[in-house]
Amino acid sequence: MSRTLQLASARSVEEIAADWLERRETGTWSEEDQCNLDSWLSQAYAHKVAYLRLKSAWDRADRLVVLRPQTGNAESRLRRIPPVALRVAAAILLLIAGTTAIRESAVSRVYTTGLGGHQNIMLADGTRIELNTNTVLREKYTDKSRVITLERGEAYFAVRHDEARPFIVKVGEHSVTDIGTKFFVRRDTDRLSVGVTEGRVELGTARDSRGSQVLLDAGKFALVTHAKITIFTKAPDVLADDLAWRAGMLVFNHTPLAEAAAEFNRYNREKLIIADPRAAGLSIGGTFRQTDVRQFARVARALLGVHIKDKPAEQIISLSAGN
Amino acid sequence: MVEPLDPSREHTPQRLRGAAVSVRDVEEWFVREVLPLETTLTHFLRRNWRKKNEIPDLRQEVYARVYEAALTEIPGNIKPFVLATARNLLINQMRRDRVVSIEAVADLEKVDVSAPEVPQDRALIAREELRRLQDALTKLPRRCRQAVTLRKLEGLSRREIAVRMGVSDNTVRRHLIDGMRILAEKLHGDEAKPERAQ
Repeated sequence: MSRTLQLASARSVEEIAADWLERRETGTWSEEDQCNLDSWLSQAYAHKVAYLRLKSAWDRADRLVVLRPQTGNAESRLRRIPPVALRVAAAILLLIAGTTAIRESAVSRVYTTGLGGHQNIMLADGTRIELNTNTVLREKYTDKSRVITLERGEAYFAVRHDEARPFIVKVGEHSVTDIGTKFFVRRDTDRLSVGVTEGRVELGTARDSRGSQVLLDAGKFALVTHAKITIFTKAPDVLADDLAWRAGMLVFNHTPLAEAAAEFNRYNREKLIIADPRAAGLSIGGTFRQTDVRQFARVARALLGVHIKDKPAEQIISLSAGN
Repeated sequence: MVEPLDPSREHTPQRLRGAAVSVRDVEEWFVREVLPLETTLTHFLRRNWRKKNEIPDLRQEVYARVYEAALTEIPGNIKPFVLATARNLLINQMRRDRVVSIEAVADLEKVDVSAPEVPQDRALIAREELRRLQDALTKLPRRCRQAVTLRKLEGLSRREIAVRMGVSDNTVRRHLIDGMRILAEKLHGDEAKPERAQ
């Protein structure tokens, strides 16, 4: 950072930060993009503060959704209504929004969370959605159907069942259709996981021309990879562990260290790296705060005898096997 | 299972003080406590710095320094800390600038930055928020406002907005970026008007 001679141009830094922020909202945002963003953010504190400043304002503008008209062009309506009337209307809508959160309409809407983010959404039909870290979810409600597209990340759904309007979660070529239920869907780069805690869902795929469906009851957990669908039965408490993120926790049970590290890395900018392949296969158990990477590293050292190398500047904690 | 939705889990100020500060704590603190002081900070800079075109750069530098300091320890009394950081930055900049007289530096050193922050009425802020957002929205250039509205109210992608507005993807990108910058300026900077009296 050229701290002593020349100030960084706020305008040029903001331009780049805004560009990242805009691109981040698109469905094509990849892990590589995230890495590039993280690296830009760590280059200078000026980058970080400019990004945080723009992001917080941009996120606040989400509240404008209460102005969303039932149909037609939002922009033209905004311009037609005199400002005072708009304010009164908005105040009323804000009150309504306080209880029902979001009005129903036939337009789509995007919900996002960043790294380590967590958001609860109450939809107009009483359906609740909880977004886990780094998630992009698109809502499209019409009179005939309720379609949620999970572009990235993970979400928990408590669906208000409606025979006339099926609730469908789309993930790539797959779809999960609610049959009166609570379930979660997680999208990783190479796989899709669906767990059902109550009721039943139908997991469908459009991969082949005729399509195929499988029913998943409560307690079932499906792992979908490119090659196949594997269905497990999980005890309620084990399935609950998969949802510990709702309380900000991570639960491991004989989990390989590499896998546990990958879980932490979903939530934190500070990354856990398993430097030594011998350490990767060691298994660990316990309940941890998602954000407490250091606590986890300390426990791993105490239980497994791994060595910790801490690089605070790069926000990397590296673990390697003991002697 | 954690069935009830608990929005209060976001508020954990007590955890902030103390030795180990996580990056995420600092980020949240910065957004929650420092950014709302933007009007005060900008006014301080304007009052004490003649070259108005440099104000945004100076403000960004103050933010960067405050953020960096908080990584070690989150300061207790935030407003005096932010203003002291600003003052020190201005003094350093002035000393570098040979034409500025020693008197100007001395004046700046006398500036009182110790006034504690006024506790904000969060309920009032919540009520004001939508009005402020709408005001900010009306300040955007027409095409820019249209793009922001389509993104925020209808959740359209860049491509969809481009089709709707009959312009290129890149033009939409430009509008959204401009929209973000203007909204940030209006939302962080133009609020808390009573602060201006100081």
